[in-house]
Amino acid sequence: MSAETDNENEIRTTTPARRAPSSTTPGPGRAGQPASGPSRYRALLRGRNRPVWEEDPNPLGLLVKGAALLLIVATVVYPLYTVVLTSLSTQADITRSGGLVTVPGGLTFAAYEQILSGGIVTRATIVSIGVTVVGTVLSTTVSVLAAYGLSRPGSFAHRPILFVFLITMFFGAGMIPTYLLVSNLGLIDSYWSLILPGAVSAFNVLILRAFFMGIDRSITDAAKIDGAGDWRILGQIVLPMSKAVVAVVALFYGVGYWNAFFNAMLYINDNAKWPLQLVLRSYVLQGVTLPGSGVGQVDVADGAVTGLPVKMAVMVLAIVPILVVYPLVQRHFTKGVIFGAIKG
Amino acid sequence: MTAASSPPGAPPRRRIPWTVRARRDRTLLIMVAPAVLLLAVFAYVPMLGNVVAWQDYSPYVGIRESPFIGWANFARVLTNPLFLDAVANTLVITAVQLVFFFPVPIVLALLLNSVLSPGLRTTIQSIVYLPHFFSWVIVVTIFQQIFGGAGMVATRLREAGYSGFDLMTNPDTFLLLLTAQSVWKDAGWGIIIFLAALATVDPQLYEASVVDGAGRWRRMWHVTLPALRPVIILLLILRLGDALTVGFEQLILQRGAVGTDVAEVLDTFVYYQGVVNGDWAFAAAAGLVKGLVSLALVLGANKLAHLVGEAGVYQRA
Repeated sequence: MSAETDNENEIRTTTPARRAPSSTTPGPGRAGQPASGPSRYRALLRGRNRPVWEEDPNPLGLLVKGAALLLIVATVVYPLYTVVLTSLSTQADITRSGGLVTVPGGLTFAAYEQILSGGIVTRATIVSIGVTVVGTVLSTTVSVLAAYGLSRPGSFAHRPILFVFLITMFFGAGMIPTYLLVSNLGLIDSYWSLILPGAVSAFNVLILRAFFMGIDRSITDAAKIDGAGDWRILGQIVLPMSKAVVAVVALFYGVGYWNAFFNAMLYINDNAKWPLQLVLRSYVLQGVTLPGSGVGQVDVADGAVTGLPVKMAVMVLAIVPILVVYPLVQRHFTKGVIFGAIKG
Repeated sequence: MTAASSPPGAPPRRRIPWTVRARRDRTLLIMVAPAVLLLAVFAYVPMLGNVVAWQDYSPYVGIRESPFIGWANFARVLTNPLFLDAVANTLVITAVQLVFFFPVPIVLALLLNSVLSPGLRTTIQSIVYLPHFFSWVIVVTIFQQIFGGAGMVATRLREAGYSGFDLMTNPDTFLLLLTAQSVWKDAGWGIIIFLAALATVDPQLYEASVVDGAGRWRRMWHVTLPALRPVIILLLILRLGDALTVGFEQLILQRGAVGTDVAEVLDTFVYYQGVVNGDWAFAAAAGLVKGLVSLALVLGANKLAHLVGEAGVYQRA
């Protein structure tokens, strides 16, 4: 995987090659001229993207493959669909379906109005957004700086500093000493306890570093001759060329902060300061009655849940930010991940 | 700059005194400083904090004042039946996931790679990557709503006259449930690295093998799978190195519902013994044993990869 690849997505780079195999190796003759006989059917079956050398698809195989793909997509999409639908359903529909709603009936935003009109969920959402934004900005900035600082082999103390990062990937200090440290620093019940302990991921630094090192030296050298310092080279040359990989790393950090619940379980005792994921765990997964959720009664005997729309609305609230950011970053995944995996 | 003043690897660079090089590279050092500082405080200080494992530690007295008691905590850990159960559970979960989770992304990648329409393929990729970005709380809650005692499946079964269906609290099917959750969340994301490896296969290899008379399955066996081999081995090494780490967040969410018999793993053991029960030194010793064995496993697995002629996680150079 060369660092010079300009394509957004490695997968796509092979597609033209598949469409037009090199003319020096012609495919088996029959596939070259698909115009005779029941040609329209065969052309349809072959599709436009099938390479010349590949045999005609087997209709049964196509059917099985299509069914498998449909099943896989449905496995992901269907649960999300029912969760969203349930959060929007009226109590009557939920009672009728006896749980998650699968067929749309009466729709209402009542559950969302309820959880977003102040109270625990609203506060937890604000905490989560705050921690995620501050944490992501801090982590991404620190990691980009570190990656640039480590991107020039032969610079002062390059190898020892690199090892400082590498070692953390192979040996973690462990939960107990980390907890004792956070506690000794007086960070219990502080939002910084949700940010600082995991602020730097050596893996992400290495992804960025691998990318920065792949940038053509002649470009940065030219800037240096023109009198630019390292700060300017990073800000005006390296960063604009690395938007994709920085976006992926920022997404990794952001999702990490947004999804974390165990660090809050450890460090945040005051449940007024809980982030959304921990609220989700207590009130939705464990079925503790959500104060002010009105119908949030849980009958422990048969586990029948009546506050379901509220619970599912909290779920949707925890999923939405990911659904919003995901499409913006998703097309850069291959580049970002592969650099880390193969070069790091 | 260095390349301009001296050719790379040439001896003159070595003669630059370190004070001069430090001055020359001071901007780079300043840039690395915040990250190094954060790691020093939150990764390296806790590594030293593991000394509590050799102490009769009390949070009221503190690390400095607590008396050292030698290897007593480790002796307690290694003879504790609950710890040994946690080790066994951890290894069983790792083994089951290795067999039932690990191959799934490979099969999915091969399936997706055979989809020729680029648009369709990109769409499916975007959808199957998505659950990876959901938190474990969300994933477990979704499973609870579908397979739990009050969930969708149980409700339908009750209507049909069967009661008592609840996968979420059944210890006998817990391994199955864990694996299903892992597959739902991460198998889709797992294909990304295999797809990238498949994209690097030279199409001429396929053309040549067709000319030689190879059918679909022989092409897969002799061209496609060999292209995936380095990646598969790399991921196997990483998984083996992580053998003692099994979805901590996933398990701690379900340990209460399913019970400790099947759901207590090393990390949850450390958490409950230390943070919940307050036996800090004992838990630190257990955590340290786990950390050191894990380190040995990664290094060992990597060594093994070198022996069989693969690149491994890091190079020897």
